[in-house]
Amino acid sequence: MAQNTTTVNQRQAASAANSMATLAPLAGWLFPGLGHFIQRRYIRGVLLMLAVGIMFFAGLGMQGKVYSFNVGDLLDILGFVGDLGAGGLYFIARLMDWGSGNIHNAVADYGTKYIVVAGLLNVVAAVDAHHIAIGKKP
Amino acid sequence: MTFQLSHFNAALLFALCASTVFGITQRNTSRDMFRYGAYCFALFVGGVIVASWVMWLIKH
Repeated sequence: MAQNTTTVNQRQAASAANSMATLAPLAGWLFPGLGHFIQRRYIRGVLLMLAVGIMFFAGLGMQGKVYSFNVGDLLDILGFVGDLGAGGLYFIARLMDWGSGNIHNAVADYGTKYIVVAGLLNVVAAVDAHHIAIGKKP
Repeated sequence: MTFQLSHFNAALLFALCASTVFGITQRNTSRDMFRYGAYCFALFVGGVIVASWVMWLIKH
């Protein structure tokens, strides 16, 4: 009887860990830092949210371009993939029609790179949340 | 809302945000995270300064 209870508990724990391994990176991708928040890594979550958020909005503030889906130039396709890494921030920017870019402003090109790198860093953070969920990292 | 940063300030902000994420994600303990983040920040900023001098030397 006790052995059955232990087996059931182990299965429940494994199931919870398994669902967290999927949920955490997804949440982290949708909103920077959320994957760490739901695993009670609050300080890391706040720092990641600030780092990615500041970078993304600084890019927009510098009149950087937000790429939309395209099948044209390779760099434009990669730019879209990078931007998409920002998850919810990207979708908000697209919905609000932010990030039309400004080719007459040299700093706007920095802004475009800021937005792409914010997306890529967010993917790194989401993978980190996955590693925490599977117990690879404390 | 738009704002203008100088090239150096833009590089500093980039280095700060990127090294924060690198520090948190690439190390396991708080102490190591801070040390690695500071290391990455120093490399970013140092790289900017070295590249600036190299470009200045090429121009002159």
